Amino acid sequence: MSLPFLLEIGTEEIPDWMILGALESLHLLFEKAEIPHETVQLDATPRRLVLRAEGLPERQADSEERILGPAKSAPAQAVAGFARKQGVKPEDLATETTPKGEYYVFVKKVTGRATKDILAGSLAGMILQIYFPKAMYWTSKNGPRFIRPIRWIVALLGQEIVPFELAGVRSGALSAGHRRLGSPEITVTIEDYERRLRDHFVILSAEERRQKISKELAGVPVKMDRALLDTLVYITEYPTPISGNFDPQFLELPEEVLVTVMRHHQKYFSVEDAQGKLAPKFVAVMNIDADPEGFVRRGNERVLRARFNDARFFWETDQKKTLADRKQDLAHVTFQAKLGSYLEKTERMMALATELGGDARAVRGAELSKCDLTTELVKEFTELQGVVGGLYARVQGEPEPVWQAIYDHYKPESMEDSIPRNHTGQIVALADKLDTLRGCFRVGLIPTGSRDPFALRRAAQGVVKILVEGKFDLPLLDLIGGDEALQSFLEERVRFYFKDVRGHKYDEINAALAVGWSNLVDLEARLGRLQDLRSSPDFEPLAASFKRIRNILEQAKFAGADEIDESLLEPGPERDLYDEYRRIAGHPIETAISKLRPKVDLFFDKVLVNAPDARIRHNRLTLLNTLLKEFSTIADFSQIVTNF
Amino acid sequence: MSGFAYLRGGCLTYWMLSFQEIVFKLKRYWADRGCIIQEPYDVEVGAGTMCPETFLRVLGPQPYRVAYVQPSRRQADGRYGDNPNRLFKHSQLQVILKPSPDDVIEQYLGSLEAIGIDLRKHDLKFEEDNWESPTLGAWGIGWQVMLDGLEITQFTYFQQCGGIDLDLVPAELTYGLERIGAFLQVRDSVYDIEWTKGFSYRDVRYLDELQYSVYNFEMADIATLWKLFELHEAEATRLLQAYDPKSPEKKRFPILPAYDQVLKCSNIFNTLDSRGAISVTERVGVIQRVRKIAVGVAQAWLDQQQEVLTAEVAR
Repeated sequence: MSLPFLLEIGTEEIPDWMILGALESLHLLFEKAEIPHETVQLDATPRRLVLRAEGLPERQADSEERILGPAKSAPAQAVAGFARKQGVKPEDLATETTPKGEYYVFVKKVTGRATKDILAGSLAGMILQIYFPKAMYWTSKNGPRFIRPIRWIVALLGQEIVPFELAGVRSGALSAGHRRLGSPEITVTIEDYERRLRDHFVILSAEERRQKISKELAGVPVKMDRALLDTLVYITEYPTPISGNFDPQFLELPEEVLVTVMRHHQKYFSVEDAQGKLAPKFVAVMNIDADPEGFVRRGNERVLRARFNDARFFWETDQKKTLADRKQDLAHVTFQAKLGSYLEKTERMMALATELGGDARAVRGAELSKCDLTTELVKEFTELQGVVGGLYARVQGEPEPVWQAIYDHYKPESMEDSIPRNHTGQIVALADKLDTLRGCFRVGLIPTGSRDPFALRRAAQGVVKILVEGKFDLPLLDLIGGDEALQSFLEERVRFYFKDVRGHKYDEINAALAVGWSNLVDLEARLGRLQDLRSSPDFEPLAASFKRIRNILEQAKFAGADEIDESLLEPGPERDLYDEYRRIAGHPIETAISKLRPKVDLFFDKVLVNAPDARIRHNRLTLLNTLLKEFSTIADFSQIVTNF
Repeated sequence: MSGFAYLRGGCLTYWMLSFQEIVFKLKRYWADRGCIIQEPYDVEVGAGTMCPETFLRVLGPQPYRVAYVQPSRRQADGRYGDNPNRLFKHSQLQVILKPSPDDVIEQYLGSLEAIGIDLRKHDLKFEEDNWESPTLGAWGIGWQVMLDGLEITQFTYFQQCGGIDLDLVPAELTYGLERIGAFLQVRDSVYDIEWTKGFSYRDVRYLDELQYSVYNFEMADIATLWKLFELHEAEATRLLQAYDPKSPEKKRFPILPAYDQVLKCSNIFNTLDSRGAISVTERVGVIQRVRKIAVGVAQAWLDQQQEVLTAEVAR
């Protein structure tokens, strides 16, 4: 008979961002336990992690264990002894022919354990092994650790409770409803579990909670924000959106500030008007069913008003001192203990901006870029650094390229994020990131494993993205002052960018990087050409030949740089290859490839490179080396993985 | 939520909890659940957590339950009495339940109902917020409790204090009383909260806010403060060095007064900070200095308490 299984770990509120990882971990642990089952389903709310499985056997299959006894020829005493040890009579023993002869054997029947017992023995351990980025203890310092205290456990196999105890909590059939709308104790069975929860205002399925929010938002033009929606789905058990308003006077404040307050501090969606501009409205998502008397709406409106008032106060206070006047204050803001103040960083960035080919506006952008760190608004909303500086620069009459450069210079903040919108901003962003990278590597603050407190990976990734997408035709390696660790750190980021972001094949990246990668615009162009070449039927065979050439040259330890001696060329394939080379040398590989490939193939088919005559051998190696050099300017084709 | 409309015998009565009534009700609520009701500590602190009733009592294996209102000084948050929501000195109701009972959240929710918040009509969320105090070598796991989008309580399961793993895990509930008062009385400004009939929050506290803002931001003498900081630090260090764990008389040793010196240092540090006298680089160093004496006190206290415990058991 096959049975359904339900495990509900009831906890205090788990941080939303840890929930999916915990479910995944629970799933893996369950699979690892090797309890046969047909399907598994995982669900969660902030207060419960739930695993449901179907098709568990009532007990494990019976098995047989064969225990080899004495040889058939052994004295009867020994046979009797073996039988006694197994608890049977000698006549109950079977015999078995082995390569060593005939032996007595006892076939022991092992009755499969009841699944309920296996679960009872393993669930507590399984639960405690669920991985969380940060765990706590709550009973005492030697007690179990989990993300938040475990308060109840439902464990049912079919109609029966799987009994075990964890942190003083006994498993049972008692679940809990919504904290305020449901009952604190509800008896459940596997069949009615989800429905019973729903009766007590808990929507178990995250997808259903998401749809409830989306459906009830229909008609309100909210700025959709997937990440926020995910958060709200996992901090509620019964989500219900409500709309509220704020005083349109606050719309005088920059939209960026208003949206940040709503999004990051209050977890509200912002709302747009018919023209796509910010409307004086917001949508909050409650964890209850309704707000008939408007308490929740008015409460949220009051909180938002207070927050906006604060923001306005900061915005007005900050205006009393221009960004330019704040520059000297940066002497008191530490960038990093070993790397000095932000004033020093600013000076370095200004020099770098010039080095990167920036004009006076780029230098001005760099000069003012960090000044917003001393403003009240950035102290309050640190995530708006840069943006706030840009907004103040605009109000203070800085030209558009300058204020936009300040605004954008932390971009790109992720691989998906765009690079600064104008060239000036790209230069300031590069100067900022390169300075951080150079400085940190110089004083030994190099990321290791997952530890990257200065977000140097992101900075390096930003440098790569800006250089490529901003079409900066300049040598990156000249900008990093010969630091080898930094060079290989950047190379890793270049590979990552072209492979994971741009989707190039890894062997094409190896091939293109092998002939240089300092100029990323050039590298991008070569990778593009390589991608196109790959569809040519001649490409992989030629690449295979090039690999062969490289091997031959390496084996011969060829280091010659001589001219080809035409008089030593043998008529036929060797001469033909040489003539073809003369004809197409200097042509782009795209047009040369179809002419070159048959000649190379024929050469290898008919000509013995390793000729007995040392002069001829040397001349042939020289020919191959010349070919390799001539046609390896965009990439080292021998790095291409081929089926040949 | 402001006035509750109550139908009594067909007659509509209107009432509103004053600020002090809110405090009385919360204290009563926790007193009914076995808490000692303490008065505020008489040395300046930045938060109720820093009072010895929390910082020292959470250490060691003895259960403890206490609640008290603690005026808490945050020099940098002073706004000369101009800002409706920010205060130099606000009032925290601090509750320590050691060990934390299994139904601690239900008990907490009950306290909200006790001050008249109908939780079926309000939105309550527990949002992750792990508390940490580098100065005290203390941290915990918990939430900020959001009521209709307003943070009203910090809820923490203490894990470590003075750099020491805690034997029993205490739950710490820190209620922001001004916020709760403004919420219940539907005020946009804390200064408009009715403290009791005839007196507003402004009447009671405005001058504190104005004068301390002037002092902390403009007039506090930096050199004097540094001198005071060093004197208090030296006194704490002197005492800690004099503590002898092997002394038969160690129960008499003034660890509690040593801790006062730590609190003095912490408060002076905050004033120096709001005065703009501490650079970011220096900051880390000064925090380390305070932490060092705080941790020293915690260790000595624990040692002293173990002695006391053993003596009690022996008796």
